[in-house]
Amino acid sequence: MELMPYIVEERKDTGLYNAKLGIWLFLSSEVMLFGALFSSYVLLRTGAAHWPQGSSILNVPMGAFNTVVLIASSVSMVFAWAALKENKFGKFKFNLGITILLALTFLVVKSFEYGAKFEHHMYPKTNTFLAIYFTLTALHALHVIGGIIVNSYFWGPGSKMWQTDPQRFTNRIEIAGIYWHFVDLVWIFLFPVLYLL
Amino acid sequence: MMRGTHDIKQKIRKYWGVFTALLILTVVTVGISYLKFGLAAAIIAALTIALIKGSLIACFFMHLISERKLVYVILGFVVFFFLSMMLLIYASYFSLPGGATYVS
Amino acid sequence: MSHSHEDPRRLSFWRKYIFATDHKIIGLQYGITSLFFLLFGFCLMLLMRWQLAYPGEPIPWIGKFLGESRAPGGIMLPEFYNELGAMHGTIMVFLGVVPLVFGAFGNYFVPLQIGAPDMAFPKLNMTSYWLFFIGGVVMLASFFLPGGAANSGWTAYPPLADIAPIGQTFWLIGMVFLINSSLLGAINFIATVFQLRAEGMTFMRLPFFVWAQLVTAFLLLLAFPPLEAAGVMQLLDRVAHTSFFLPSGLVVSGEPLPESGGGSVLLWQHLFWFLGHPEVYVLILPAMGIVAEIIANNIRKPLWGYKSMVYSVIFLGFMSFIVWAHHMYLTGMGTAISAFFQTTTMIISIPSVIILTCLFLSLWGGSIRFNIPMLFALSFLPMFGIGGLTGLPLGLAAPDIHLHDTYYVIAHFHYVVAPGTIFALFAGIYYWFPKVTGRKMSEVLGHIHFWPSLFLMNCIFMPMFVQGLAGVSRRLYDGGQQYAHAQATLPLNEMSSICAWLLGLFQLPFIFNLIWSMLKGKKVASDNPWEATTLEWATPTPPGHGNFVKVPKVYRGPYEYSVPGAAKDFTPQDQERV
Repeated sequence: MELMPYIVEERKDTGLYNAKLGIWLFLSSEVMLFGALFSSYVLLRTGAAHWPQGSSILNVPMGAFNTVVLIASSVSMVFAWAALKENKFGKFKFNLGITILLALTFLVVKSFEYGAKFEHHMYPKTNTFLAIYFTLTALHALHVIGGIIVNSYFWGPGSKMWQTDPQRFTNRIEIAGIYWHFVDLVWIFLFPVLYLL
Repeated sequence: MMRGTHDIKQKIRKYWGVFTALLILTVVTVGISYLKFGLAAAIIAALTIALIKGSLIACFFMHLISERKLVYVILGFVVFFFLSMMLLIYASYFSLPGGATYVS
Repeated sequence: MSHSHEDPRRLSFWRKYIFATDHKIIGLQYGITSLFFLLFGFCLMLLMRWQLAYPGEPIPWIGKFLGESRAPGGIMLPEFYNELGAMHGTIMVFLGVVPLVFGAFGNYFVPLQIGAPDMAFPKLNMTSYWLFFIGGVVMLASFFLPGGAANSGWTAYPPLADIAPIGQTFWLIGMVFLINSSLLGAINFIATVFQLRAEGMTFMRLPFFVWAQLVTAFLLLLAFPPLEAAGVMQLLDRVAHTSFFLPSGLVVSGEPLPESGGGSVLLWQHLFWFLGHPEVYVLILPAMGIVAEIIANNIRKPLWGYKSMVYSVIFLGFMSFIVWAHHMYLTGMGTAISAFFQTTTMIISIPSVIILTCLFLSLWGGSIRFNIPMLFALSFLPMFGIGGLTGLPLGLAAPDIHLHDTYYVIAHFHYVVAPGTIFALFAGIYYWFPKVTGRKMSEVLGHIHFWPSLFLMNCIFMPMFVQGLAGVSRRLYDGGQQYAHAQATLPLNEMSSICAWLLGLFQLPFIFNLIWSMLKGKKVASDNPWEATTLEWATPTPPGHGNFVKVPKVYRGPYEYSVPGAAKDFTPQDQERV
């Protein structure tokens, strides 16, 4: 007998299942985490005597490409969830696979960007713009890696749950999706702030 | 809780719509950045577009538009605290007497 | 969730006690670990107090074991004093009080009081504990590094913390583990309280303890991440030579720093105190919750003003996010922003006063039982009162000019945390010990613990107000010896130290009581020996897996004592008819 209620079905007064509330709480803390870094950016830039234009240091086409890559991965992620709702497991696997591949693409592009910076002896310690750029994007990249790990688990061994408890598995994909969309959302703000302003 | 397939097909159509909008807005935001307005205008433009894109992702991909009141209440507080943190830190910079600076 | 298909009686020793997912075992894990850290942090302070009482004199007995790098000839070096100070604060706050008050008491009793089978995310709960454990190990390990543990204060202000020895790096890494532990714990608490309340357990029927823990969880959830961000930035400053917090043109020991500069020292302070202020409410709110439970139980009547207390604690939590820069009045911030924070700080004192007043007023007309938990809970009221009231001149910018960074501040916050929170924790341990172990702690030993502790706490900290008003700064390794304005109050150092050592002595009966009673304490005759109304007393003793024999249904509020017409002077929440 399952002792823990509301893993799958929603509780009446809150209208939520447990993990749904859990992920939004987690994302709340993430908003404060990235928010603190954005606040630091604002303070450091406002007070700086000289602050470079993002486009003079960073590669805008690469950044824009990565933005499109992440948006596409967000779309494929939500399609993966929708496929489970339609009972189309094959479609789910396909879309989740695309999501993971696009996420890896993002990281590959990012590593080219970082590599190019290091080749030109531009490191976090070079100036505060680069310091905050590397910190924000590296923290974001760590979250991308986390998402890849979670999604890969659900694509692989975790997908067995579809056979035994399909509703619960669908909920898990919804939760993983909400996390992944948040990762995309952070980049939606990171890109213009760092690259375009 | 399995909803009807018609429901899902409608949602999928919406997702394609959002995807298209996001792509267009990305092009717009990059395009605008080449137009070299002043910094203040650039910030407003970039943040406005980012907010629209972010809202689309949040409302449709993250299903926020049909979410429960409790989640809205919690997120409301989060937005308030985030803005307080950013604005009060920023404001304290300008409150320094006689040309002193926080950052050097 | 895999363990629902496992028979819990057949879990291996490792799965049941070490990598436990049961909230009660995890609560005990937090309890044991944090009590150890509390003792360790206390001992660090006992060492500091020697230097303050007898500056420059070799430390007896232990001095020779401290090593030449810390105490050559047994005489404490200033760097070592700073190390003790920084780590005393860090350990007491992050490894002692918070894990005890939130991780231990919260984990064990919140699910029980709301009628839940466990926390919403048991595996996440286990992860929280082990992250805390690792963070603690990292912090302890830092003592063995060259240069010792962190010594830049528990507040770790740059630029000093940026250039400090490697112990500071370990401090930052340890903090990352501790912060993540708390974040995961906070998610668990909030989800549990919203989702797993038993049928009939509406929000306004929740015990005040649960409300306090819920607000505390929100504080941890939203206030810790900025400190994590700041910690990462300071780590980068130290390890990758960035200049987030280093202004240009810094010269250290005659040499200009090679770092790029362009950073902001005050940025750290803002981000630190954004957490730092809510953190102090994390320290006090669960304690108020414990005190409320014990007072309600021992006055045999409902708490006065339950609704006011609930609204106050919610309002307090909200306000705590927008007062932080009252810790920064002397950083050169302008008057406009100081005025803003002063205003919010004054406003936040109101809900605290409301909660304390309701607890005081509850005593009127009560049939008061003066057992050991009640003695500690009652003493919390005036002690927290003193602590809270003495915060007012600190919260106002003008008097703070004189009092900032003096012993007045130390006295203020110790009053709130030491005879405040820690007394509430003692109360909670004596109170809930029978539910956890099925035995009662010795009353005699309890009295020997309580009365001297109360007296000595005041002897230690009351003089510090005097010293602070005289202008004696904090964090002086010689207790103010070098300063003319401190001379008159110097003898108070010796008095505080002797009383601190005596206080340590009188904790021994408590430690003995705790361990001895677990084995040989008087067994309780019922599952509800205190005749309380809240749901944790409706379980077997100790509660088994899943907590309740039958899923509870709640029919009434949390403090229905002396209901007119009832057969007994208490009516449990899960009892349908009086």
